[in-house]
Amino acid sequence: MVPITYYLLLAAALFCMGMFGVLVRTNALVVFMCVELMLNAVNLTFLAFARMHGEGTGHVSAFFVIAVAAAEAAIGLAIVIAVFRSRGSVNVDDIRTMKH
Amino acid sequence: MNIELVLFGVFAVMTLLSAGMVITARSPINSAMALVSTFFFLAGIYVLLWAHTVAAIQVLVYAGAIMVLFLFVIMLLNLGDAPHRGKPSATRLLGGASALGLLAVLAVTLGRMNAQPAQLDAKGQAAFGTLASIGETIYTTWLLPFEAVSLLLLVAMVGAVVVAKSRI
Repeated sequence: MVPITYYLLLAAALFCMGMFGVLVRTNALVVFMCVELMLNAVNLTFLAFARMHGEGTGHVSAFFVIAVAAAEAAIGLAIVIAVFRSRGSVNVDDIRTMKH
Repeated sequence: MNIELVLFGVFAVMTLLSAGMVITARSPINSAMALVSTFFFLAGIYVLLWAHTVAAIQVLVYAGAIMVLFLFVIMLLNLGDAPHRGKPSATRLLGGASALGLLAVLAVTLGRMNAQPAQLDAKGQAAFGTLASIGETIYTTWLLPFEAVSLLLLVAMVGAVVVAKSRI
């Protein structure tokens, strides 16, 4: 049997890679993809703990996370399209109207 | 050699490699394709955790629906490769360093944990992670959150149309 610790370490690595991408990349679409990576890392943690305790509530949580991720992707991509239409760029450094 | 451990190793390495390609690829299309492969390998990991139903949903919803949406937007906006920029700003360097720091902290903390999977009897093993058991939990204990999520999806759908459409 694979120890649950390995799964948790994999999830931690995946989450930090997603966080790295969110903080370092400038393309808004790639930033969204990295958010999806982080959500998947959370799902993996839920499922690992569900397996550790041998009960299914973690699977329900993962199911809800996937549904919320779908809603987030739809809204986020719509915002990206709207920003691209008004500014002609999806670079997060160019979108700074709300700064200061 | 334990076959489960070998499979876990293969899937874990491929997941991390694909995730690395997502964050390093210059073209958003390459990032999206690497993300699809990340989702597939993660579905393999879910199966190793006996979460067959969630693995199937992962492939259907994530690798299917959500990634099609991403590819659709990338092609709609017709973005090319990211231009070469000068030095990254101090904020970005700090952000990257903080992500690495978080990884170090998490690795040390989780490394001390000795978590083992639960030992289930044959009956519990057969029922664990099946669509029937998940459905029973969702439609009894989690009925209200389930309805809230369906409402959230409806709101997201209407919101996406309102935000993305130039004239209604």
